[in-house]
Amino acid sequence: MSSSRILTSGNEAAGEAAARAGCRLYFGYPITPQNELTAYMAKRMPEVGGVFIQAESELAAISMCYGAAATGGRVMTSSSSPGISLKMEGISYAAGAELPVVIINVMRGGPGLGNIEPAQGDYFQATKGGGHGDYRLIVLAPWGPQEFADMTGEAFELADFYRIPVMVLADGLVGQMMEPVVFRDPPRRELPPKDWALTGAEGRAARRVVSFYIGAGVLAEHCRKLRAKYDRIESCETRWAETDVTGADLALVAYGTSARVCMEAARLARQEGMKLGLIRPQTLWPFPKAVVRRRAEEGMPMLVVEMSQGQMVEDVRLAVEGRAPVGFVGRGGGGAPAIAEILAAARALRKKA
Amino acid sequence: MTERIIIAGFGGQGVMTMGKLLAEAVMCSDRQVAFIPSYGAEVRGGTANCSVVLSDETIHYPFLAEADTLIVLNQPSYDRFRSRLRPEGLLVLNSSMAATDERIEAGAGRAVLLRIPATEAANDMGNVRVANMIMLGAYAAARGGVTVETVVGILQAELTGARAHLVDVNRRAFLKGQALAKA
Repeated sequence: MSSSRILTSGNEAAGEAAARAGCRLYFGYPITPQNELTAYMAKRMPEVGGVFIQAESELAAISMCYGAAATGGRVMTSSSSPGISLKMEGISYAAGAELPVVIINVMRGGPGLGNIEPAQGDYFQATKGGGHGDYRLIVLAPWGPQEFADMTGEAFELADFYRIPVMVLADGLVGQMMEPVVFRDPPRRELPPKDWALTGAEGRAARRVVSFYIGAGVLAEHCRKLRAKYDRIESCETRWAETDVTGADLALVAYGTSARVCMEAARLARQEGMKLGLIRPQTLWPFPKAVVRRRAEEGMPMLVVEMSQGQMVEDVRLAVEGRAPVGFVGRGGGGAPAIAEILAAARALRKKA
Repeated sequence: MTERIIIAGFGGQGVMTMGKLLAEAVMCSDRQVAFIPSYGAEVRGGTANCSVVLSDETIHYPFLAEADTLIVLNQPSYDRFRSRLRPEGLLVLNSSMAATDERIEAGAGRAVLLRIPATEAANDMGNVRVANMIMLGAYAAARGGVTVETVVGILQAELTGARAHLVDVNRRAFLKGQALAKA
């Protein structure tokens, strides 16, 4: 593929970006609305000398990721909400073993088998654990095919740099829609050597990649080490984009497709003389709490918009700590929130503030 | 300027191909474009639809409550999507397979109506599958922005090997659609 603009879906763009980032090991199991990604990897991995395995289940796929990542390769799996739930045990293990695995979730409606409409109901699962134990994932949130490609490429750099599983949390629309995409190299980092990888122990001491620390105090020490790593990530990797927030009547806070809906709401609001800014978290963990807090200190009311019944809004409230009013517009069960509802909530919130 | 387009027909009429081709052609002219394939539990032979948003500016909002242009290839699609067309919008109708409701089309805010016997014309050309290209040609004649050269260039890149000979019939179908729209 050339480096010019091509019209492609978010799912396929993410697949190509992964291949370009050096991913040579993909393990997955099909599920709508991310099937184009699995299909793309089935075609692309053999072309670049990589391995594609359609596993017998999501559990098998994430366990294959664990094994393959332990050997030092660049590894990816992808799924959609119900399939991601199935992977949670393996994700917790990979977090415990500090394995760089890239996990893509193209969210659909839930809970349960739900439906196949775009949704954002997996925010809690992605950012607050999901699997058991005391761990974090870096969670990146693209709002279109271009960013889906960019973030997937960078996810591999982040995963190797910090030795941590990274999740790209897209939604069904971001995966399915087609827009012009330019493939570009992610910012390259000086990566630490994988001196922990299982590459054959001939001539050196054996290594172990485990998440099992049974000795007295060993796990506590391991968790302290993880905590220090998470602190470093919070300091260095928090990302967001602000649009027209300075001087606004209130700030919308949204990610993914919801943020695109908010941009249209802000455009329509201008026609009635209401100025709406947008704070768009690009990392959901670490959550950009400093910018939310700073805006709250300025007294900026916030209206959180999600394709869920209210999840990220809790992180916004934690960052605001009562300094400014926080409203919420959301829609559960898949589908985008209505612009009329956003505008009505914005009018009400502005008056209250 | 932003144009929001719905394209609908039955599965197999090439609705998705047409939408993607239109989007690619527009992208080649350096405008912004978003293409959303219909998204649901579709059934072969059932209805198929997609939407294309074209703009000179960044497209943030890819949805459309209301369409500026509606391209329909069969009757159920007309019946389902007619109410989404904004007043004075453009309606390109495959008149071989759909009739308009005169009560709607004669009312206030009626559409600019292009009746194109696309299926019939495609059959006359010996390939019913190019009806979608006839419709695309008709749309291009009405709205501009898509040239036969661009479309042929995209098809040449996509139809290679054993399918390369299909470029020509598609080119002729596009030109036929343009001619029918201007007739």
